[in-house]
Amino acid sequence: MTQQIKGSSGIIEPDLARRVNLDTAEHDVINPDLTRSTGKGRRRSQMRWIMLAVGMVATLALPWLVYPPVAMDIAAWALFAISVDLLLGYTGLLSFGHAAFWGSSSYVTGLIAINWGVPFPLAILGGMLFAMAIAVPIGYLSVRRTGIYFAMVTLAFAQMVYFVANQLSGLTGGENGLQAIPRSFFGIESVETDSFTFYYAAIGLILLGTWAAWRIVHSPFGRVLVAIRDNPARARALGYDVDRYKIIVFVLSAGLAGLAGGVFAISHGFTSLQELEWTTSGKVVLITVLGGIGTLWGGPLGAAIVVTLEDWLTSSGFEGTGIILGSIFVLIVLLFRHGIWGTTQDLFQRRRKAD
Amino acid sequence: MSAFVQYTVQGLAAGGFYALAALGLAVIFGVLGVVNFSHGACYMLGAVAAAVLLDVLHVHFWVALAIVPVLLFLVGVLMERLLIRWLLRLDPLYNFLLTFGLSLILVDVVKRRYGVSGLPYERPAGMTGQVHLGGIGLPTYSVFVCLFSLLICGVVWVLLTKTRVGMIVRACTEDADRSRALGINVGRWVTPVFGFGIALAGLAGVMAAPFRAITADMGGNFVIILFAVVVIGGLGSILGAVAAGFLVGLVEAYGQAYAPTFAQVAIFVLMAGVVLFRPAGLFGRDETA
Repeated sequence: MTQQIKGSSGIIEPDLARRVNLDTAEHDVINPDLTRSTGKGRRRSQMRWIMLAVGMVATLALPWLVYPPVAMDIAAWALFAISVDLLLGYTGLLSFGHAAFWGSSSYVTGLIAINWGVPFPLAILGGMLFAMAIAVPIGYLSVRRTGIYFAMVTLAFAQMVYFVANQLSGLTGGENGLQAIPRSFFGIESVETDSFTFYYAAIGLILLGTWAAWRIVHSPFGRVLVAIRDNPARARALGYDVDRYKIIVFVLSAGLAGLAGGVFAISHGFTSLQELEWTTSGKVVLITVLGGIGTLWGGPLGAAIVVTLEDWLTSSGFEGTGIILGSIFVLIVLLFRHGIWGTTQDLFQRRRKAD
Repeated sequence: MSAFVQYTVQGLAAGGFYALAALGLAVIFGVLGVVNFSHGACYMLGAVAAAVLLDVLHVHFWVALAIVPVLLFLVGVLMERLLIRWLLRLDPLYNFLLTFGLSLILVDVVKRRYGVSGLPYERPAGMTGQVHLGGIGLPTYSVFVCLFSLLICGVVWVLLTKTRVGMIVRACTEDADRSRALGINVGRWVTPVFGFGIALAGLAGVMAAPFRAITADMGGNFVIILFAVVVIGGLGSILGAVAAGFLVGLVEAYGQAYAPTFAQVAIFVLMAGVVLFRPAGLFGRDETA
C-alpha cells in the first residue's frame, strides 16, 4: 500500500505527462530561434495561430449558433473547467471541491449586484476576490495531502461551504437562493436586458480569464508547476517551495472559477445552492476530463459538449441526465483517458511521426 | 444528564452507519488502492433494496439484514469484474472518477424508478419503543444499531486478526508487493474484498432504512462525510475508520443537540483540525508525499 500512496503523488499516467511535455517543450527547452529555423517548428506555430483564430471565431459566433444564454453558459463552464485543469492537468492536483469557489462567487457577485447596483464586472470582481479569499485557508489545509487525499479533502471542505451557505439563509436565501440579480452595465439598456448583447459584454471577462490561465501555464511559474506534477520530490530538491507553489496556483485557480461563477450568476439573474453542491464539482471535473486534461483547449470543448447535451436533454424532456453524464464519465475514464482534445492530438502526433 | 446520554446513544447509532461503511471503504482502499466514490450510492442501494423487498416480497427486516448484503456483494463483484479491474494499475484517481460516474448512474436509475420522494419503511416489530437503562429512556432501535454495528465491527476485526484469510487480507493491505513476493495471489483477493466492502455499505443501508428517509439522494452527503471519516481516521487504517466513524457520529449528534446551526459544519472543522495537526489521520501512518 505504501507503494500505491507513493505512486499517487504524480497524478497523471507517465505517457500523458510525456505528451504534455512534448506539447509545451518548444517554449523554453528548445531555443526559440532554432525552432523557427526548422520547418516543423514553423508549421507548429502556424497551427497554433490557426487554432487561436478558429477559437476566437467560434467564441464570437457562438450566440448566433446556439440560444445566447446557453452560449454564455458554455463560456462560463469553459473557464470553470480551465480553472480545474490548471490544478489537475498542470499541477497534478484533482480538486473535487471547486464548486465552493464557483458557487460562493456567484452568491457574492449576486449580493453585490443586488445591494449596490454596481456595473456587473465590478460585482464579479468582488465575487472573484471572495472566492480567492476562501481558497487561501482551504488551499493551505488541502495541499498538506496529495493525490486521492487532496480530492477527498477539497470535496469535504466544499461541502462545508455548502452547509454554511445553507445555514446563513438570511444572507443567501437558503433553499430559494438569490433571486432577481440585476445586470447593470453603465446604463446601456441593450446589455442589461438582451442576453445576446450581454454575451458580448461579458465574454471579455471570460477571455481575460482564459488568457490569464494561458499566461500562468506558459510562465516560469507554470514550468515549476509542471515540474511539481511530474516529480514533486525533485522540485523540492531543486529548492522550490512545493507547498507554496501549490497554494498559489490553488488560489489563482479559485479566482478563475470565481470569475466564471460570477459571470454565470449575472447571466442567469439568480443563483442557488445547486452551484455549491458536490455534483457541480463533479460536473466540472467531468467536463475537464472529457475535453482532455493538460491542454487548456479541452475545457472549452468539453463545456460545449456537456452544456449543449444537457440543454438538449432537458428540452426534450428526458430526465435521466445523470445516467447519460455518468455513462460518459465511465466511458471516458475507461477508454479515452486523454479526453477528446488529447486523443485527437495523439492521433495527429502519431501521423506526424509516420510522415 | 439523561439528555446527554440520549444524545450519546443517538450519536453512536449514527456513528454505527459511518463506522460500518467506512470499514468497507478502508478495506477496499487497503487491498485495491481504490477510493470508492460509489460507496454512498451502494449504501442507498442497500436501503432501497430493503424497502423494495419489504414492499414487494414482504421480506421482513431481519431477513433483509441477511439478504441485502449478499445482493450488494454480488453488485460489488460485478462492478469490480466489469469496470474497476481495468483501472487498477493506473493512478487511483481514475477509479475515483469511474466510481463517481457510476454513482451518478445508480442514483439516477433509482430516482427514475422510485421517484424522488422517500420510500416508506416501518421500524421492525419490537424495535419501536424505548428501553429504560437506569431511569433513562432510550429508543430501542438506536440501541440496537449501536450494539449491532459494534458487533459487526468486532466480527470483522476477529476475521481480520484471527483467521488465515484475514491475515492474507491484512498483508495485502499493508504491502501488496511484498505479499506478492511471499507467494500470495493478491489478484485472487481483489474481487471478494471489493464485494465485501460494498456489502458492508449495503448493510449500513439496511440498518439506516427504518431510521432515515429512503431517497435516491441519501448517499450523496453520506459519502462525503465518509470521506471526512476516513481522512480523520487515516485511510489505510481499519481501526481508524471504525473509531473515526463513531467519533464523527458523536460530533454530529452533540452538534445537533447543542449547536444545531453548525452540526454538519462541526464534522468538517474536526477534519480540518486533523489535517492541520496530524495530516496522516489519527490512526494513520505517515506517508511520504
